[in-house]
Amino acid sequence: MSTLKAEIQSPPVYNMERQSAFSIGHAFAEVIKTILTYALLCIMAVFVISPIVWIIGASFNNASSLLSATAIPKNPTISHYVELFTETKFPYWYANTFKIACINMVVSVILSMLTAYVFSRFHFVGKKAGLLSILILQMFPSFMGMMALYNILWQLNLLDTHLGLILTYAVGQIPYNTWLIKGYLSSIPKSLDEAAKLDGASSTRIFIQVIFPLSKPILTFVALSQFMAPWMDFIFPRLILSSSKKMTLAIGLYDMIAGDTNNNFTTFAAGAVLVAVPITILYVCLQKYLIQGIMAGANKA
Amino acid sequence: MKKSTRAGIMSAVVWGSGQLANGQWAKAIIFFAGQIMLLFCFPSVCDGIYGLVTLGETKMVINGSKVTMGDNSIILMIFGILWLFVAVAFLLLYIFNIRDAVKNGRLRDAGKKPLRFKEWWSKITDRSFPYFVLLPTIILVFVFVVLPILFGFLIAFTNYSAPDHLPPKNLIDWVGFQNFADMFRLPMWNDTFGGVLLWTVIWAVVSTFTCFFGGLLMACLVNSRRVRFKRFWRSIYILPWAMPGMVSLLIFRNMFNGQFGPINTFLRQANIIEQNIPWLSDALMAKIVIFIVNFWLGFPYFMAMMTGVMTSIPSELLEAARIDGATAKDEFRKITLPLVLYSTAPLLIMSFAGNFNNFNVIYFLTNGNPINPSYKFAGSTDILITWIYKLTKDNRQFQMASVMSILVFVVIASISTFNFLRTRAFKEEDMMG
Repeated sequence: MSTLKAEIQSPPVYNMERQSAFSIGHAFAEVIKTILTYALLCIMAVFVISPIVWIIGASFNNASSLLSATAIPKNPTISHYVELFTETKFPYWYANTFKIACINMVVSVILSMLTAYVFSRFHFVGKKAGLLSILILQMFPSFMGMMALYNILWQLNLLDTHLGLILTYAVGQIPYNTWLIKGYLSSIPKSLDEAAKLDGASSTRIFIQVIFPLSKPILTFVALSQFMAPWMDFIFPRLILSSSKKMTLAIGLYDMIAGDTNNNFTTFAAGAVLVAVPITILYVCLQKYLIQGIMAGANKA
Repeated sequence: MKKSTRAGIMSAVVWGSGQLANGQWAKAIIFFAGQIMLLFCFPSVCDGIYGLVTLGETKMVINGSKVTMGDNSIILMIFGILWLFVAVAFLLLYIFNIRDAVKNGRLRDAGKKPLRFKEWWSKITDRSFPYFVLLPTIILVFVFVVLPILFGFLIAFTNYSAPDHLPPKNLIDWVGFQNFADMFRLPMWNDTFGGVLLWTVIWAVVSTFTCFFGGLLMACLVNSRRVRFKRFWRSIYILPWAMPGMVSLLIFRNMFNGQFGPINTFLRQANIIEQNIPWLSDALMAKIVIFIVNFWLGFPYFMAMMTGVMTSIPSELLEAARIDGATAKDEFRKITLPLVLYSTAPLLIMSFAGNFNNFNVIYFLTNGNPINPSYKFAGSTDILITWIYKLTKDNRQFQMASVMSILVFVVIASISTFNFLRTRAFKEEDMMG
């Protein structure tokens, strides 16, 4: 939302002068209200930040158990970060997740974009039926076909492969993403295409030079959400991947503290920090596109 | 006999022969090739559909160390669905073949000439561009989305479950609506379903509304005229949204650990409590913790969206209101708030649907625990989706998981349909355009 930036540059100015009765009592009430506002802001800030501070602190703790993991470490150490790389398969998980996230992003953006383009710009037999199926398919919870998917991947020899997982993610989201992008493309005037066509551009050229650049905001949103999915998803990697070298971060981190022993806690903390920091930065930087995309989805989905 | 009737009958017997009579040899070859392919596929199609109907007949036999493989009902079912679709595709091709022969026969009856190969070919290639682009997507979506969904749906009508009906060791059979009847009649299933459903609805409603109004409150606070450094505050509150949810949830799971968790440790050291609070091992307490943690995770999303709406209100509108003598309070109540609520209402509905199926929060925070002895395969904080997951992964009650999935789908689909019906996309005449 471009206006978000505008607001930051020029906060709304409220005209105080029009409030005629400016008594001392009124001013006092204003001060109290301001104090209350800031108090509430601070309480919420503490509420929001304390888990984050604690996990960062815990990751630098000397001991390894949950009990001794304090927010302010007594003898700070980076040994747990070292452990992650020497004693666990963390580097593999990280690389796997990153690889899956990138390929998933590229594949699903291309497939959904092409599908959405065809549905928004061409007339063909079966278009209505196709759109209706997309609409219905995107309502099904993705886990519903879990068992069948397992068996299908088994028959295709794709169990315990990253390709199987990528296909599951990328294809599973095609219906939803197509619907989202199609909604956006429909708001781009068709006269633009027609003008380009009159100038002699082919369908492919119109797509690459006219439609594609105009749909960048929604594509950024789709790309980002597809990139994020593998970092958080647990169900499908657990279903499809079995060897520990091929796992993704979600599974690896979960298994680290799944037992009740909690002896790996600080190592988990270090891993959590290493995962959370880049993702958080990415999110904060791209929040403009996220907000835009979500609002577009809400109004057009 | 009319030429159209004759061509139709010819094509009905030998595919493409009618087209040949119409003088369209290229089409004739294509349709005839279709028939040849059908002849090749026919045994597989029959086997596939037969397998789908019977779900296998020979059991695996274990004789000492010698294992004779039997039929695998699951594989038979998946391939059965696949071959059924192939059969439907052939049927459509067959009908198309006859209709095409009749259509061009009519042209000849009327004394016109059917399209020549070159004209027909250019017409086909021109029109088939969309299909050409869509083909890979259609195949992928069919294999990875449609097929699994159909399979998941059909499982509800079989007895696919542990311990006696697990392929490849055993066969599974069709049981009709037996599972639905069990779900609603057997007290064990019925009680669990009722209890889990009730908690799922409470969870979805409360979690959605706490986050929505929490987000609204924070958006108003941060954007209020009293607050300075808006950007600084906003950056803090946005953090839970930006952090990977799973990581946050696992962190909370440890913070609320009853024995070793830092919250209990802190409270004990501060002499506020003497005994550890069973945050996650007491059913009611666990539910409260779930709401608190979900609030932490969820309010920033709404805050971000609402801030977006608030800052996009045109300043002329507010100025006009001010000129008309509106106070800051009026401005907020009559302009800002209605606009925010209006544009975030769809998010509220979507978020409700999302929470209904919020696997992560429940599974990572409590795992559905504490255990509830009166439930079948479910804990006190399990919602439908985590129960389905446990039924599938841990207990292999696939048939019941499938019944439940269908029920969840009905709920989600009704919400989505309701949401869709009131959107612009539907109201616009060009909805499908």
